[in-house]
Amino acid sequence: MQSKDINEDIRWAQINEDVLRSLENPRMGYWVAVGVCLALLALAIIAEIYQYRVGMGVGNLNWPHMWDLYIATFIFWIGMSHSGTLLSAILHITHADWRKPIYRFAEAMTTFTLMTAALFPVIHLGRLWNMYWVLPYFSDRGIWPNFRSPLVWDAFAIFTYLTTSALFLYIGSIPDLAICRDNARGWRKKLYTALSLGWRGDDRQWRNFRKTYLVMACFLIPLAVSVHSIVSSDFAMSIMPGWHVTTFPPYFVAGALYSGCAAIITLFILLRYFFRFEAYMTMPILDKTCKLTFAIAMVWTYLNLIEFASVWYGHDKVAKELLIAKFTGPYSPYFWAMLILGSVLPFTLAFEKLRTNIPVMFVVSILLNVGMWLERWMIVAPTLSLSYQPFAFDVMWANWVQWFIVIGSFGWFGLLFLIFVKVIPSVSMYEVKEMIFHRRHIANKDIAAVMHRRATDPKPAGGQPSGASGSTPGTPGLEGA
Amino acid sequence: MRKGRILALFSNFDEAFAAISDIRHYKVPGVSVDDVTVISPIEHPEIEEVLGERPSHVPKFTLLGALTGVTFGFFFLASAQATFTVQPQGGKPVIPLPSNFVLMYEMLILFAMLFTVTAFVIGARLFRKRKSLYSEKVSLDQVGIELEVDEKYIEPLKELFNQHQALEIREEVIK
Repeated sequence: MQSKDINEDIRWAQINEDVLRSLENPRMGYWVAVGVCLALLALAIIAEIYQYRVGMGVGNLNWPHMWDLYIATFIFWIGMSHSGTLLSAILHITHADWRKPIYRFAEAMTTFTLMTAALFPVIHLGRLWNMYWVLPYFSDRGIWPNFRSPLVWDAFAIFTYLTTSALFLYIGSIPDLAICRDNARGWRKKLYTALSLGWRGDDRQWRNFRKTYLVMACFLIPLAVSVHSIVSSDFAMSIMPGWHVTTFPPYFVAGALYSGCAAIITLFILLRYFFRFEAYMTMPILDKTCKLTFAIAMVWTYLNLIEFASVWYGHDKVAKELLIAKFTGPYSPYFWAMLILGSVLPFTLAFEKLRTNIPVMFVVSILLNVGMWLERWMIVAPTLSLSYQPFAFDVMWANWVQWFIVIGSFGWFGLLFLIFVKVIPSVSMYEVKEMIFHRRHIANKDIAAVMHRRATDPKPAGGQPSGASGSTPGTPGLEGA
Repeated sequence: MRKGRILALFSNFDEAFAAISDIRHYKVPGVSVDDVTVISPIEHPEIEEVLGERPSHVPKFTLLGALTGVTFGFFFLASAQATFTVQPQGGKPVIPLPSNFVLMYEMLILFAMLFTVTAFVIGARLFRKRKSLYSEKVSLDQVGIELEVDEKYIEPLKELFNQHQALEIREEVIK
């Protein structure tokens, strides 16, 4: 396996050439993916039109299952949005330069998953034509949303996160859009000229760019955590069994990071294939992403166990009965599938042989997200079917209308994402150049200084002979050399 | 005195920085390092050591945005909640601070980000028509040094840039 995150001998001109080629000449697989996404979206549109004309009952969405697949899928998409921008921001602040070839598509994933998630409350409400009632606007009826409700917090938090994530993605793309502008023709030239805002790469622009990007990254981290904590409040602030749990905010955040990381692996493998990005989306970077996913999977597993233990040893009888029902009741096959896919399957990521096998990782990453979708469904549905009131006990199963809309949302997300990566470079050209420059010049300069110090120091600290060891862990720059 | 603009392209940062170093040491009398603009495909990590510290007002805008956001958030929520004073609150406060903190926090971040982006657009002088001396090679792999000086300094500067293996020199007179 290649040992370096990136080949440091790639010429800068070659980077431009490779990435710009991806905007025009993808593999056939790209167009097949576009076709599949369109077909899935068509299913959702048919189902939504039917539901819009006849009513919400046609999806078998009825009392007590008022929140079913739509809200479970809403949480799933919100969760998936977390890894892109959040991880990009964290890795940017900590100077983890291996993020550079992959952060652009991860951030795009955030923006489009949020746009997909935002559709579900609208679809779930049913009366689309009255959606504007939820907006806080001055009306002669003097009606305002209830600002004490987590549902309103949700709307504000998602709007803030969508706006800032989209701005973060856009600001980070401006230098690359200028490169596209300088190399494009026809309608693309006009588009990139408008989008690059007159960027020319002078020191004033870079200076302000660096500060802006850093400030945005710093604000995005607490924002991302707050958004999913607020989504968890939709449940945790109720008194429903299975939802009124103190650990829900960190549990939701960990689940969000987990599904987002798994999605990054899936998209990483697809883009690497579609656009022939083997030189940029390298195996060491995939390896690091897999290790990160494994670590987060273990955190998620731990929080699951904590939740089970606190319910089991607690005094809430109804919550305990619900927990037992999850393991043994009508939803048990899905609950066990969630546990196996979410907590056992990630152990494949612990083995290097499997981690570096692309087909295996592609299948595993998809299955991990199936597990995470089941997790959201297992949060929503069992509580609704087995709540405090025995007369309200009822197990309901979604029919084709709900399933088509859920499946179609994957088509909608996929289509937006595939259009994006065909128009905007999915590998950041200037950041890859920075990565190579840093590794080739700055890191090597540090090594030269260390070697020079060792050679001239007759008795180095610790009694080691000069130049005795080829590599000193923790020495700045050595890991990049 | 007429003014001129000159752009020299170099194949790497080292040569460009050597030329700037000469300007810093007044090899061309009358031209100072403050007149220099470096145009590059990436930001060199040590650029401030070469050009000296130059200000950026982005953090100040961010702070202003955050304060505006938290203030707006409070008054927006409070003014809406105050319209409900005629309704019985059941002993709860009309303006409940703990639940309002959540949205004030979101507004803080939203406004801080919007102000930051505005500061970037203003500070980086975006939305301006590009100067005619821009070279597309800069977005590829070359480093440019641009100066706007009195016309009499153009020739000595060309000489200096040639000493440092400039790949290409462009100049124009500003009307």
